[in-house]
Amino acid sequence: MEQTLEFTIDGLPVTAAPGETIMAAADAAGIYIPRLCAMKGLSPFGACRLCTVLVDGRSQSACTQPAAAGMVVENDTEQLQGFRKNLIDMLFVEGNHFCMACEKSGNCELQALAYRFGILAPKYQYQFPQREIDASHPDVLLDRNRCILCARCVRASQELDGKEIAGFVGRGGEKHLAASSGCGFVGTDVAADDAALAACPVGALLRKRVGFSTPIGQRKYDHQPIGCEKELRPEKSSTTSDVQKGVAS
Amino acid sequence: MVTCIRASVEAICDRHDNARLRLIDILRDVQEEFRCVSEESIAVIAKALQISPGQVTSTVSFYSFFSIEPVGTVIRLCDDIIDRFHGGDAVLAAFEQALGISCGQSTADGTITLQATPCIGMSDQAPAALIDDTVFTRLTPDSARKLARELQEGRKPTDLVEELGDGNNSDDLVQAMVQNHIRQAGPVLLTPQTPGSSLKKTLGLTPAEVIRNVKTARLRGRGGAGFPTGMKWEFTARAPGERRFLVCNADEGEPGTFKDRVLLTEYPDTLIEGMTIGGFAIGAEEGIIYLRAEYAYLARFLEARLQARRNAGLLGSNILGRAGFTFDIRIQLGAGAYICGEESALLNSCEGLRGDPRTRPPFPAQKGYLGCPTSVNNVETLCCVARIMDESPAWFAAQGSTQSAGTKLLSISGDCKLPGVYEVPFGISLREVLALAGASDVGAVQVGGPSGAMVGEDALDRKICFDDLATGGSLMVFSKSRDLLEVVEAFLQFFVDESCGYCTPCRVGNQLLLQLVQKVRAGVATAADLEQLSDLAETVKMTSRCGLGQTSPNPVVSTLANFHELYAGRIANAINGREPSFDLAAAIAESAALAGRGEQERGE
Repeated sequence: MEQTLEFTIDGLPVTAAPGETIMAAADAAGIYIPRLCAMKGLSPFGACRLCTVLVDGRSQSACTQPAAAGMVVENDTEQLQGFRKNLIDMLFVEGNHFCMACEKSGNCELQALAYRFGILAPKYQYQFPQREIDASHPDVLLDRNRCILCARCVRASQELDGKEIAGFVGRGGEKHLAASSGCGFVGTDVAADDAALAACPVGALLRKRVGFSTPIGQRKYDHQPIGCEKELRPEKSSTTSDVQKGVAS
Repeated sequence: MVTCIRASVEAICDRHDNARLRLIDILRDVQEEFRCVSEESIAVIAKALQISPGQVTSTVSFYSFFSIEPVGTVIRLCDDIIDRFHGGDAVLAAFEQALGISCGQSTADGTITLQATPCIGMSDQAPAALIDDTVFTRLTPDSARKLARELQEGRKPTDLVEELGDGNNSDDLVQAMVQNHIRQAGPVLLTPQTPGSSLKKTLGLTPAEVIRNVKTARLRGRGGAGFPTGMKWEFTARAPGERRFLVCNADEGEPGTFKDRVLLTEYPDTLIEGMTIGGFAIGAEEGIIYLRAEYAYLARFLEARLQARRNAGLLGSNILGRAGFTFDIRIQLGAGAYICGEESALLNSCEGLRGDPRTRPPFPAQKGYLGCPTSVNNVETLCCVARIMDESPAWFAAQGSTQSAGTKLLSISGDCKLPGVYEVPFGISLREVLALAGASDVGAVQVGGPSGAMVGEDALDRKICFDDLATGGSLMVFSKSRDLLEVVEAFLQFFVDESCGYCTPCRVGNQLLLQLVQKVRAGVATAADLEQLSDLAETVKMTSRCGLGQTSPNPVVSTLANFHELYAGRIANAINGREPSFDLAAAIAESAALAGRGEQERGE
């Protein structure tokens, strides 16, 4: 029999298998920890930092930190939700996100998180970066204006598709996603039904010619805030905003 | 030409065994030979190493010293705030004027390129520049113009050094104009030592006893974090693994620190001996010195010291005749990235990858270089180890203060009479240190570099030690006439330039912090901007993935706390109900230009 370890998240008792992350244990216990770069089935990456929790008072990313017996984890606190709101804001102003014209609208995790956190407009200064689009491939489009550098496509390609379609180039604010061929996605073996495309949480890596196929009202986040599927008692969450509740009701 | 490049690049890859791990070395050689790592070279390297072109580009694009576009002989002028406060801007203007180009450009014939670079470890002899690998210090507009002229005449940078520095700076293999500026020697580090002495004493002990001695000496890491060295070694020694590694962090990149440069120049044997002792203690047979690219001028000299020790039986197989005790060291040169001073980023760089920090856990002691247990220690820490073994743990522990044993090397720069390196006992007050350096007009002191804290007059009686004013060694003095917000802006710009870009708060947050500070300096920030500044700083500190982002807001946080009037005094009020940052005239001009209504209408 496998040994389990016990700890608490916001005072609630949670169990985890040895080696399991705080996030995985939280998911199993019906506690939602916001995230963008973490995705079930992919190795943890720890880049978006939305899942930052306090572990015995120290901040850690829940997607990478293994659970340990007796640890006291804080998740749904005013301070941490404030950090998360700021991080979502940062991602919005860093890129060029125009939800009203984006085919991912309604299915976009970044947009859904903004609604969940009650963000109607970012408070930070827009950066309006100049970013290139890679439309070289007949079936696949990369719109870097919407890329949040979460590496879900990079990891899904390697870990699920057994390919290596893309990686990161540049440093700091110059960091961007690029096809591994060095000459655009047309030079790679990417296919429209790759897990890498499905893994994109935003409208950055897209399958061509299928946009706007889902009617409004049937999109993923049209009725429920993001994270509800994980929560046992979603109505209790401090972050489900009035905006989102309005949409849901 | 095409075949020629291919053959040369293939030969370079061959020379490094076509090894993925040696990618930084390969790229350094290609950059040196062709003055760029072109798309074509990238394709050849990718093929030779059997990796995708994207992986090669990923590494090339991470490091400042590599360029996809061709460059000439590169003048890298240090644009650290200390250099700028000591005439750096005039030197830059002189270079620009003499070469007829702006910073970031190459001359029309492509032979000379002018760039700005963060601190090159010469703040005590600023303004300074690297021309290719050669260091030029105490530059003036006149010497800059002369250097530009000589380079235009086709002379090699190494031939332009006129006067050599003191000590080993004049060694045949160094030939640098760099000065050591050892202002105060102490009993532990800056004192004559006999090569081999501490190693002989070490071999009389078991590895466990060596670790115990380092613990008894209460040695803590000198790089800044202050982790107990003995404990780090114990973790590494006990972690399961086939091989183990000891890595010396000689990526001294924190602006304003240069004491490791002096240790590398004058006490290389002490360092190598400390590493060898470490290798013995943790059971490592291989060591790496990760030397920052800016110190490449010391590489040949250090290689020669390693070889001399191999010849003397102090390095290599069966060291000092002890059967089975094998330890050797290779030098890994960096390629221009401050983040590689973070230990896990440093290990990635040693493996030929981008210098992104790794996810922790696992820690390097568990899974480090090549996934094996690895101890990464600072230059000064390893030198202390050699001295502890030579003298005694009790002798070492008796120096300094209760919580902080031993002495500390300080790199003091800025507005003081005697910038340079000082060995001081831990526990010394900031006031005493400033008196030693001849700093009489002190407006502020930046302790621990940009990632440390800026303190004012009220902090002069605080102590230099791990529990009070902790520092990896950098101490920058700013006189009362300096604009401290200019310093804050420069530090934030540094972090923006040096962030690896992996995590959101560091990549985006630092940029936003910089823009807010610029707004304050321009006199158009409001009280709400100050609240945002403080809230944003807290977010970046608390949510960043590694030490860079966790400390990058410190210039803002410490000045908001210690020099609040800097900000409060520059707050603007709303103008006619508009945000003060909104420039109505500029906005009208922009919209007029966009609408194609230019000068003629305004003239009407």
